[in-house]
Amino acid sequence: MAAHWDFASVFANTDALLAGLAGTLRLFAICLVLGLGLGLVVGLARYAHNRWLYVPATIFVEFFRNTPVLVQILWFYFALPILLPFEISPLAAASLGISLNSAAFSAEIYRGGIQSIERGQWDGARAIGMRWGQAMRRIILPQALKRMLPALTNRAIEIFKMSTLASAVAYVELLQQGKLIASLNFNPIEAYTAIAVIFFVLLWPLVQFTYLLERRLKRDE
Amino acid sequence: MTILKAAGLVKRFGAVDVLRGIDLEVQRGERIAILGASGSGKSTLLRCLNFMELPTAGRIELNRRILGSERRDGQRVYRESELTGVRQRVGMVFQQFNLFPHMTAIGNVMEGLRTVRRKSRAEARARAEKELARVGLADKADAYPAHLSGGQKQRVAIARALAMDPELLLFDEPTSALDPELVGEVLNVIRALAEEGRTMLLVTHELGFAYHVATRVIFLSGGTILEDGPPDEVLKNPRQDRTRAFLASHRQFSF
Amino acid sequence: MYRWDFAPVLANASLLAEGLLNTLKVTGVALACGLVLGLALALFRLSPRRWLSWPAGLVIEVFRTTPPLVQLFWFFFALPLIAGIEMTPFLAACVTFSIQSAAFFAEVFRAGIVSVERGQWEAALAIGLTRRQTLGRIVLPQAVKRMIPAFLERAIELMKTTTLVATIAYADLLFEASDIAQKTFRPLETFTVAALIYFAVIYVFSLLGRGLERRLAVSGESTVH
Repeated sequence: MAAHWDFASVFANTDALLAGLAGTLRLFAICLVLGLGLGLVVGLARYAHNRWLYVPATIFVEFFRNTPVLVQILWFYFALPILLPFEISPLAAASLGISLNSAAFSAEIYRGGIQSIERGQWDGARAIGMRWGQAMRRIILPQALKRMLPALTNRAIEIFKMSTLASAVAYVELLQQGKLIASLNFNPIEAYTAIAVIFFVLLWPLVQFTYLLERRLKRDE
Repeated sequence: MTILKAAGLVKRFGAVDVLRGIDLEVQRGERIAILGASGSGKSTLLRCLNFMELPTAGRIELNRRILGSERRDGQRVYRESELTGVRQRVGMVFQQFNLFPHMTAIGNVMEGLRTVRRKSRAEARARAEKELARVGLADKADAYPAHLSGGQKQRVAIARALAMDPELLLFDEPTSALDPELVGEVLNVIRALAEEGRTMLLVTHELGFAYHVATRVIFLSGGTILEDGPPDEVLKNPRQDRTRAFLASHRQFSF
Repeated sequence: MYRWDFAPVLANASLLAEGLLNTLKVTGVALACGLVLGLALALFRLSPRRWLSWPAGLVIEVFRTTPPLVQLFWFFFALPLIAGIEMTPFLAACVTFSIQSAAFFAEVFRAGIVSVERGQWEAALAIGLTRRQTLGRIVLPQAVKRMIPAFLERAIELMKTTTLVATIAYADLLFEASDIAQKTFRPLETFTVAALIYFAVIYVFSLLGRGLERRLAVSGESTVH
């Protein structure tokens, strides 16, 4: 290898890295909650028979699944402020872009999970007098959630990886800090390798957990 | 003339010894029916003979050639190329047919000829048509397995095995997965092959068929051969109690 | 009320078209290389030889567990220094996304191959086919049909992921849009148009994919007994 590896300068910037990590985790938490939460609402709307719910939900899902997240983030950061009387921060823009995208994907996961619960469960719930909402909340969703867990954890992993896109609007997260360290110390190899390793270390347990869930699910079926 | 000889065959799966020392000699022209309860090891025995399963211990000789080589620690090891060679001379028909779904009936029969024997397409097709005609399915040559009945699928599987000119045919419960009214057409094909003098080993539950077609019946129990003799003996006058019990349980509802 | 004015955007339509073309170029290259590399990785991963399955597994895990943007930056900024080579944005993008999609395709291939039941392997071996012949003539043809929906999904994902090249100044559609937005002071109209173009292209492919999926499900001659 031609270059001489210098990880010392990377470690010297631990503060910067920690700030980045905090930013990444904050963004992840926001998008996870918003994305999976909104996704549930949209997913239920997609499952509804009511036109007024189904159509807008479908448009939402189709649009946000078929547009790149980076485009959405830039739109929210540069385009939206024009329509609104206030600024959109990098965090807000990234959160909006990633959350809406995740909501669209998780909506389909929820819908698929709910649909996979057979009719008999609905009949059983209605037969004892439950309304739609109660049946959904107490009978259907709890069963569906178990099946959806692997796909939802996959979504969470994707959200975590997407947090790096926020660096495009200079939000302080891990990759952004990596760029900073690289430009200040002229050591892109060490800097970006370190960032890659950090992400790998953070995500690997989650990925293994997903495999475990998938295996458990296959066994139980 | 001995085609196949197995000596001291042992097969272990994990902690279970499924075959506990099998000695078997197969002469040319013999038709051997292998009977036994489930778990007795009969399928495993068959699958060891064409090395679908590798024996844990013991020797197998095909046409006087001992297969595999012995390692320093006494373990027997087999080279894949040698095993492929064996499988080109020993044919197997499976309980679940295992036809290739993405090829037509004739495609299935031709596959071995084209890919293994490297025959030209015309040659392979001509031979395949002959084999399909032999099993009575000449008109179904271009049909896909999904459009064939169970009995037809199994007959194509037999044609596929025959196309390779096997010295020995192994049938692993060929009719067990068939609806009862389709069993006859397959048994008829097998009987025709028997009348031609083909050497075959047949694991089956069809005792009547075994009686009429086999030259020798073997009863397997607990991984060893309990009885071995002509059908008249083993099926009508078995010596062992367990054989008697097995036959009785099969006759419970016969009329 | 804000006054929408799309004229400046449309005036730069040719730049946008060029950008779109570049997007499709990168996607195309990455898709083709990714499929080939993905198959190789899958076969290595399934190989009983440790020295093949281990590195393959490592590549797959690393490229699936790290963010694509980090990979892109690494290949664009770090690799040239290590290997002493010139790296253009296009090259970096092609390399990154080829390997990245290969890692995902490898898993799809592997799942597909494994899903073909043992009976098929046994029947092929029983007529004397070697393992390689069995894989090529019997197992893969059946596996590929089942994998097509997953492949299409991955391909569409790839189309979206390649927008990341805009961050390393490759002139794809997004990069051109940002450029035009700055020049014309019309970010709202520009980015909206860009988003709509992306949507149109990707949605069409997505529909084609679904149509193909349905056609395959109907023809079902490959249903195994």
